[in-house]
Amino acid sequence: MRELSFSEAIREAMAEEMRRDPTVFLMGEDVGVFNGVWGVSQGMYDEFGGERVRDTPISEISIIGNALGAAMTGMRPVAEIMFSDFLMCAGDQIANQVAKARFMSGGKANVPLTIRVTTGAPGSAGAQHSQSSESWFLNIPGVKIVVPSTPADAKGLLKTALRGEDPVLFFEHKMLYASKGPVPEDPDFMVPFGKAAVVREGKDVTIIALSIMLPKALEAAEELAKEGIQAEVIDPRTLVPFDKDTLIQSVAKTGRVVIAHEAHKRGGPGSEIAAVLAEEAVEYLDGPILRVAAKNVPLPYSPDLENYVLPGKQDILAAVRSFKIHSK
Amino acid sequence: MTEKMTEKYAIDLLAEMFRRMNLVREFELRAIAERRGGLIPGFIHSCVGQEATAVGACLALQPGDAITSTHRGHGHLIGKGGDPKYMMAELAARSPGYCLGRGGSLHISDYDLGILGANGIVAGGIPIAVGAALSFAMRKQPNIALAFFGDGATNEGAFHEAANQAGVWKLPVIFFCENNLYGEGTPQHKQAAVKDLAVRASSYGFEGVIVDGNDILAVYDATLAAAERARSGGGPTMIEAKTYRQRGHYEGDPQVYRTPEEIEAWKGKDPIPSFRRRLVETGVFTDADLEEMEGSVFKQLDEAVAFAAAAPRPEPGDALAGVYADVHDGLVF
Repeated sequence: MRELSFSEAIREAMAEEMRRDPTVFLMGEDVGVFNGVWGVSQGMYDEFGGERVRDTPISEISIIGNALGAAMTGMRPVAEIMFSDFLMCAGDQIANQVAKARFMSGGKANVPLTIRVTTGAPGSAGAQHSQSSESWFLNIPGVKIVVPSTPADAKGLLKTALRGEDPVLFFEHKMLYASKGPVPEDPDFMVPFGKAAVVREGKDVTIIALSIMLPKALEAAEELAKEGIQAEVIDPRTLVPFDKDTLIQSVAKTGRVVIAHEAHKRGGPGSEIAAVLAEEAVEYLDGPILRVAAKNVPLPYSPDLENYVLPGKQDILAAVRSFKIHSK
Repeated sequence: MTEKMTEKYAIDLLAEMFRRMNLVREFELRAIAERRGGLIPGFIHSCVGQEATAVGACLALQPGDAITSTHRGHGHLIGKGGDPKYMMAELAARSPGYCLGRGGSLHISDYDLGILGANGIVAGGIPIAVGAALSFAMRKQPNIALAFFGDGATNEGAFHEAANQAGVWKLPVIFFCENNLYGEGTPQHKQAAVKDLAVRASSYGFEGVIVDGNDILAVYDATLAAAERARSGGGPTMIEAKTYRQRGHYEGDPQVYRTPEEIEAWKGKDPIPSFRRRLVETGVFTDADLEEMEGSVFKQLDEAVAFAAAAPRPEPGDALAGVYADVHDGLVF
């Protein structure tokens, strides 16, 4: 299979859907002539023109609100917010308007709206350009939350978002953009929401890894294998809807679980996942549910400080080793 | 004078203006009474006194045009053709209501009529209206959008971002400000340093016009002109309609922030009796014609209240349906 980078896979999903459906369009800050600050929409302005690849003012309320109004009246917008930190600028539109429109209208409002955002720490970007904000929205019923980790999933999940009828928050980790992987060429290749991927099978411990933590978890699993520990690595891929069954099945097998994400530990996605496992899988557990996550401080600028705050492969290894799987 | 009035406005339009303003007024009075009587559980922000802005603006639109409304939205909904029966059922939290009892007064919508929702957030609907205008423009559909909002909303960022975007893209949208002099309980002069809010349009490259919001013909004329401009590619217009909220911000508001004398003075400029007088004095309708219309409005509201009171309540478990378009075990658990 041919290989694409994560950002090429996202671009291919958008461009294919725009060729297929004239109601799909992209809007956001510098998505057009500039090709997106991360280059994700490279070439799309040239192919589709400024009507369908729309540069907007630096107005996040307006971007999301306009996209919502367009979605309600028959378009299928992709609204790009340059950094997930800026989603807060559009907080009302996302939390009170987009998420609730269908429910409040008795199911009559159709909101086929995809909000693409970059997330995570790209290195020394400081506290306002580095956050992983997906869990902020977990407490808001009405949006779907997608957190892809591989190029193939990025393309397939984005296609599902673009062909769906619900608002989707699509979190693209900046440090994944250059990562490469096989991506199916089938223009109808789609990855369903609510279906976790068992990326590596194992019997001793379950590592649930989100976004950028997936490649780190896979590296950790390689090292653990050398120590005789077989780690199962699972990527939930979507937080809403959430595939708890695959996780519970894995935990039933391994009895031990580590949840890894780059978001802050307190109230991060791991808090919710751990709660679900505690409620529904506690009888399988042979130890505590451990979370590997960013420390509960704003992300610092200095690499020395930032690396200390962010979770990495070593933290996953330390968490797994703390189970003392072979010392029993 | 009769000739002049009916030359400019079709007689059916004048009748509809009168009928719909009365329908809005009577809807509000019934809703207030039914809230006191216990049929309606939630809060009500009535638009008594602001009927001319809602009805005058909506009657200048085409059926395919879209509006966004506000927390004080009953007039806008009825103005755009909303059915008082399903509105009253929604206020009464019943299953046949516009939103199946999930929305209430603040969230009534009717997508078939282009009503993209009342809104519980001040200025929340304005960017949505601009988005609908963008959608019409991109599809070369000859429709426009109109955002209703109050004076207070012009101090929200959402208004300014939306107005700026609409100005840059020259979108077919009308920013319709109902200036009722109070943002909740605080007078306009304490919230804005400008006397006329219409001047704010100039920052965004389009015209702001001021009309007497208690004169339905003035409101209609201004909206029609703005709609024609929008439809012909001339971009947005802001209309500031000066009016007055005769009742509190919400039913039960103690209104310590204004005097009874001020309220009484504005009741003297009530948009409905003044239009009624005009219709009779100019000979467009007789007193008997208008009484008949008033009677039919009363009857319609009697039926709406009876319908709401007899309508079934939702099943508690219905709350879990309709959050998303599809059903997945992992969505609502």
